[in-house]
Amino acid sequence: MSAVEAAGTAAAEIAAAPSATREMTYLEAISDALRTEMRRDESVFCLGEDIGAFGGAFKVTDGFVDEFGADRCLDTPLAENAIIGTAVGAAVEGLRPVCEMQFADFIACGFDQLVNVAAKLHYRQGVAVPMVVRLPSGGGFSGGPFHSQNPEAWFLQAPGLKVVAPATAADAKGLLVSAIRDPNPVCYLEHKGLYRHVKDEVPEGEYTVPIGEARIARSGDEMSVIAYGSSVHLALRAAEELDEDIEVLDLRTVAPLDREGILATARKTGKVLVAHEATRSAGVGAEVAALITEEAFEELDAPVRRLTAPDVPIPFSPPLEQSVLPQLDDMKEACRELLAY
Amino acid sequence: MERTDASVVARERVRELVDVPLTREDRATLLRYMVMMRASEERALTLYKQGKVPGSFYDGRGQEAISVGAAFVLKPEDRICILHRDLGAHLIRGVTPDRYLANYMGRAAGVTGGKDGNMHFGDRALGCVGMVSMLPDMALVAAGMALKFKMRQESRIAMTFFGEGSTANGQWHEAMNFAGIHRLPIVFLLENNRFAYSTPNELEFAVDPVERAHTYGFPGVNVDGNDVEAVFEAAREAADLARAGGGPTLIECQTMRMHGHGAHDDMRYVPKELHEEWERRDPVDRYAERLVADHGFSTDEVEGIRNEVRAYVDECAKRAAESPMPDPELATTGVYADEFEPLGDGNAPWSRWAHNGTGNGAAPVERRAA
Repeated sequence: MSAVEAAGTAAAEIAAAPSATREMTYLEAISDALRTEMRRDESVFCLGEDIGAFGGAFKVTDGFVDEFGADRCLDTPLAENAIIGTAVGAAVEGLRPVCEMQFADFIACGFDQLVNVAAKLHYRQGVAVPMVVRLPSGGGFSGGPFHSQNPEAWFLQAPGLKVVAPATAADAKGLLVSAIRDPNPVCYLEHKGLYRHVKDEVPEGEYTVPIGEARIARSGDEMSVIAYGSSVHLALRAAEELDEDIEVLDLRTVAPLDREGILATARKTGKVLVAHEATRSAGVGAEVAALITEEAFEELDAPVRRLTAPDVPIPFSPPLEQSVLPQLDDMKEACRELLAY
Repeated sequence: MERTDASVVARERVRELVDVPLTREDRATLLRYMVMMRASEERALTLYKQGKVPGSFYDGRGQEAISVGAAFVLKPEDRICILHRDLGAHLIRGVTPDRYLANYMGRAAGVTGGKDGNMHFGDRALGCVGMVSMLPDMALVAAGMALKFKMRQESRIAMTFFGEGSTANGQWHEAMNFAGIHRLPIVFLLENNRFAYSTPNELEFAVDPVERAHTYGFPGVNVDGNDVEAVFEAAREAADLARAGGGPTLIECQTMRMHGHGAHDDMRYVPKELHEEWERRDPVDRYAERLVADHGFSTDEVEGIRNEVRAYVDECAKRAAESPMPDPELATTGVYADEFEPLGDGNAPWSRWAHNGTGNGAAPVERRAA
């Protein structure tokens, strides 16, 4: 190895194992991931509605225009298919577009380009489409039926898409960096309720979290809660308040699922509650429950249970919304029931 | 704002045609590719009727001048999204008829290896991102490629095709609007073949789509889509404009879909006289006649090109038939990419690029022999 190569390797190791961490909110971690990648690789650029001078509806790209210029933080017309479709074209030409849907709900307006063009291009023609679609998702603040949805299950029937949903600030950064570097279209669900309420230590500089690997957020032996996004925090709080030996598995990626991680926790505790804020039928929970039933049935001590929103749109008025979205008490009750089974 | 009158533009264009920058060999090549498209599609239709083509069959009979004339202007490093009536563009960029026929038959040697059928293909190694059924989705994908060229200040253009039916869809507006805002280096070829499946123009739009171009901030040009040199010239001018930073052009090519939407379509909705009228304007016969009348080709020469190409397509059909069906195990492969691979460049047979040393495409029959 030449001295130059050795120096390069040493530099890469330093970059891969950042020595410093900094406390950041989930939202700051998303911005940090974008900024880090845009500084590292000039093919990375953002496009979306009101992300330029305004900095985005949630201020994720605040200040980006000043640092990177309007071309790399591109304000688009109000046209979601145009955002996704032009990102596909830019991606196949070697750029790394990061699309922002102003709210995850609006992906419905760009769905055709996502599921018919982006998702299938590699399968059909061997054309890789390295792009990210950021999806501010989730309810809890009276956003009503069009600003509160958790659309992840929509994407699970579109093979070719990867879908990630971080719960912590560190994962928000690491998964976004991985999504940007992935050669496939990645749907990145960022829960709006976590933006400013979740804060943890985030590695500075380059930091990646592998797509497709779940994380044990809390170790336990009596039962498992398998969750992602906001439901991870609900599960952790419930476990603490109940003071029970509950394991919490944070999926982090919902497509492709970490089958090994899911089966390992199911086999370890024998009791599984799958929790998510999205609606119930044919959701991620159903898929996880089916996987466990197919592969680990004989190691179960109880039926796999689900804690989800019921199959209704997310209503506007606070008491209605709270009755639909899983609350801490619902999580505690579901855990108690399963522990007692 | 000055109004773009498509008919005035078209009349002016006819005057400009005296200076079309085509050599004698270019003209032979244009005829060759139109005949190749015609012969390949006729062969595919026969295979369909013989039950050798699973699914359905679509062709571009009567529209050969559009994809051939337009794609002929491209440089190797330009990019293109090709639609289902535009086989000529694939052929010009370097897809050989055997791979086209094999794709129709679902064979391993088809462009998609059996993953997708009929005209739903694009050879990434030749700079093409192939179509999806939803129209006009590729207009936005092509716009995205053009956005990259503009961002990187590359002297490259994107080109794509769509029918007049597509202009009724919201994504068409999204694409035109986006291209106009950013003055993207892109050429839009609108093929008005009179019917969206069975729906006639008068039920598709109140205003001819080419008239909308200036409302998006760029020129709209109306050309005879059955005249390969008229299409070529309009596309050449649009490509030059795009390369010079002048933004997009929408070229509406007036033509007629001479077959049904698919082979299953009996065209009962097409008035007989209309079909007969367009039969007399057949783009392949017309060009062959013009080569003899205006460009010093002998009848034998033109017939020689036709025969040579037809013999080549026959050979290609044999090769396609010999290709095996794909291994069923491949059905679950390739959902995800392991790494990014850039698109390759396409053939560029127009003599302008050969003279500049950037062309790489000879006529396909010669290429095959080489």
